[in-house]
Amino acid sequence: MASISLKVNGKPFRIEAEDDIPLLWALRDHVGLVGTKYGCGIAQCGSCTVLVDGVATRSCVMPAKSLGEAEIITIEGLAENGGKSLQEAWVEHDTPQCGYCQAGQIISAAGLLKSNSNPTDEEIDAAMKGNICRCGSYVRIKAAIKTAIMKGGVEA
Amino acid sequence: MTKINLSRRGFIKITGLASGGLVLGFHWAGCTPVRPAEAAKVVLEPNAYIKILSDGMVILMSPVPEIGQGIKTAIPMIIAEELDVSWENVLVEQAPLAPELYERQTAGGSQAIRQLWTTVRTAGAAGRRMLMGAAAREWKVPIAELTTSAGIISHEKSGNSIGYGDIATKANNIEVPEEVTLKDPKDFKIIGTSPKNVDVYDIVVGKPLFGMDMKKEGTVIAMITHPPAFGMKPKSVDDSAARAIPGIQDVFTITTFPEDIETRWSGNNAFPELVVVTGESTWNVMKAKKALKIEWETVTPGENTEDHIAEMERQISGKMTEPDRIDGNPEATFRKAAKVIERTYSAPFLPHNTMEPMNFYAHVTGDKVEFEGPTQTPQRLRDVTAQIMGIPEENITVNILRSGGGFGRRLYGHYGVEAAMISKKINAPVQLIYTREDDMTQGTYRPDYRVRYKAGIDADNNLIALTVSGTGTDGGPVASNRFPAGALDHYAAKNYSLKSNISTGAWRAPRSNFIAGAEQSFLDEVAEACGKDPMDFRLELLERAKNDPVGENNDYDPDRFIALLNLIKEKCEWDNKVEGIYRGISAYYCHNSYIAQVIDIEMKDNKPILKKAWCAVDCGIVINLDGAKNQVEGGIMDGIGHAMYGNITFNDGVIDQKNFDKYRLIRHGEGPETVETYFVDNGIDPTGLGEPSLPPVPGALANALYRATGKRLYHQPYILELEEREINLG
Repeated sequence: MASISLKVNGKPFRIEAEDDIPLLWALRDHVGLVGTKYGCGIAQCGSCTVLVDGVATRSCVMPAKSLGEAEIITIEGLAENGGKSLQEAWVEHDTPQCGYCQAGQIISAAGLLKSNSNPTDEEIDAAMKGNICRCGSYVRIKAAIKTAIMKGGVEA
Repeated sequence: MTKINLSRRGFIKITGLASGGLVLGFHWAGCTPVRPAEAAKVVLEPNAYIKILSDGMVILMSPVPEIGQGIKTAIPMIIAEELDVSWENVLVEQAPLAPELYERQTAGGSQAIRQLWTTVRTAGAAGRRMLMGAAAREWKVPIAELTTSAGIISHEKSGNSIGYGDIATKANNIEVPEEVTLKDPKDFKIIGTSPKNVDVYDIVVGKPLFGMDMKKEGTVIAMITHPPAFGMKPKSVDDSAARAIPGIQDVFTITTFPEDIETRWSGNNAFPELVVVTGESTWNVMKAKKALKIEWETVTPGENTEDHIAEMERQISGKMTEPDRIDGNPEATFRKAAKVIERTYSAPFLPHNTMEPMNFYAHVTGDKVEFEGPTQTPQRLRDVTAQIMGIPEENITVNILRSGGGFGRRLYGHYGVEAAMISKKINAPVQLIYTREDDMTQGTYRPDYRVRYKAGIDADNNLIALTVSGTGTDGGPVASNRFPAGALDHYAAKNYSLKSNISTGAWRAPRSNFIAGAEQSFLDEVAEACGKDPMDFRLELLERAKNDPVGENNDYDPDRFIALLNLIKEKCEWDNKVEGIYRGISAYYCHNSYIAQVIDIEMKDNKPILKKAWCAVDCGIVINLDGAKNQVEGGIMDGIGHAMYGNITFNDGVIDQKNFDKYRLIRHGEGPETVETYFVDNGIDPTGLGEPSLPPVPGALANALYRATGKRLYHQPYILELEEREINLG
């Protein structure tokens, strides 16, 4: 067991957990933020995506203790951290079907727009390729990303 | 306007006062309205679907499990329409399992709207009528002089008007009406509009909505380990390393289903004996699960992909005896045909791969069970649990949560029963979680299929005979009375079945998800052999089925099919051939709905690019227009992905694909760039929509790829055939 410090959505947390706990399970079981989802556990589906210092990161394979002072933003904190336009665009396009993967999709889109405020279609596809939507909402996800860009994108 | 006489409807269930005086077909909370608790600010519950709040807002209950099909928005829209309130004033709540109050709390077969259409309309209309009755009494005027609009009752002669919330406080002892009048569809104000999914705000901000998200105080995390191969069971367990991991509470084996009950889940329970690990946090339990050293023993031999294919090929290769349907004499007709075409199509097992893996909460205390989680069949969960655990059904509650995908997988709620058995064993509330690997290798797959079509063409290029033989694990895919049955004088169809110890289950549009693509690919090839345009060829056959049908049991309406094809033909400008655009058409009828699709492909550096999908749908009246389009877009993406990439293979019973590193699902940029969807406006009562948009897709895709590449595709996943032919798909 280890004492691990995390900074999540601007707030500091100290958790007692297994030394090797991935960020995903630290967030879900210890910090109490369950918006970040488990999908595969091997960084293949993107459901667990969070921002670590602004970079879209698969939390299911990211050791929590490696993060130190890094700024972690989860879906619960995205609106207050520059990503509200994406969430609004997701609503405008009524993008989700089952909704389970969408937190990861939105966070990946936020990571993309933080590094590239006006991506091409190919750049959107490349950045989003790690996020699976089993319901097949890809057309709407792309449309929502474009709407968010039109409405000012995300704060870097 | 449709008048519904509530006391004469066939579905009316008269029950005694012991159940609360239920008198009407859709189950009422009581003869007289129930007075709700003050704190809830609910002032009237006209029936189990409606709660009127004092401020005029209404809570509408959604009884059907939400699995991404949009039912939690659509059913309340229908109730709100007949209740005549503004959608803005509607709050929606998911109802728990309550068979005494609600009909058919099942998400399956794309039947929820179709089967509940009249019930929930009547619920809304009866609520409206009761509020009007209260106003009529209050104002001492005939009810016939009252009108409603957007939650307000008006009496034109006196100029009186009152909101539902205000009159609801005075509506006690208003009797449930004996007869209600349903709206004329032309007066619909909510049905046919496009409100957002009622949970969309909660989804995009990451609120806990799913079974995986529910953290109840004192809940123990449980995981199971099933055998590594179909046909095996645990022999012995060395749990010393697992127990050494901090926070691990117990390791034990459970036998989930006595043999005689297995088939209650469609015989899908391939692994009745499971090794269970329980502990206080998910990560620790996952680690302990990996640390288990389990010795397995073989019960039945492990199977192989090649053996399945060989056996299916053997089954469909013989002379067809005792066909499921035969018209005329196809064999004799083939002998005199100018041309005979014979083609074989196949597809592998497919896992459902809902993004949210199987999970369920159960708390067993004495002879009571409390369930919560994602399921498509809450009532079956209750009934099976009652039977297996010897607990009265009425002592079992099921709180239905939003499912992170269903696709048929959560029709099979064995994981809920497993959670209950674990809870009973450890005497604590349990959240059972499957890992992705547990989920993907557990079975309940879409069956593997193989089908052979044979067509005879005469010297004048007319299709004169067609036969189809199909097989698959646990049953063949052929729907012998569907198109083109009825359009041909000489026709025969036959299903065979393969037995396997690999379990299968319903997967979005069972059977249709394979046979539609095979049939529509074959008809495309036959049309070409006849020298005919593939759209005209289909229309010609449908005209024959319409004007001079063969046989009497044809399971489709040629008129609706023709109207559908004409709609897509017009919308995609089929007759206007565009240079560099390669098109494939496909159409199918299933789940009481008709769907046609055209896929447009462009070739770029010898690579096919899916530019656009066109879709025409006849599902009768559309409830949520944009929600319906979303379903269709998803079905097309899903259909392309699974036809192109989906593949489960197995060696000695071991599934080769255990996670998304080896199992390929469609990803961003791999589907059509745009999808255009059109609905036939025919005013017919609604039919299925969650499933039907998927089945034709593999046909439209294969037909478009053929025109783009010159290669016909016969065997899914298409990616393997395309690779063999050195066509780069990126």
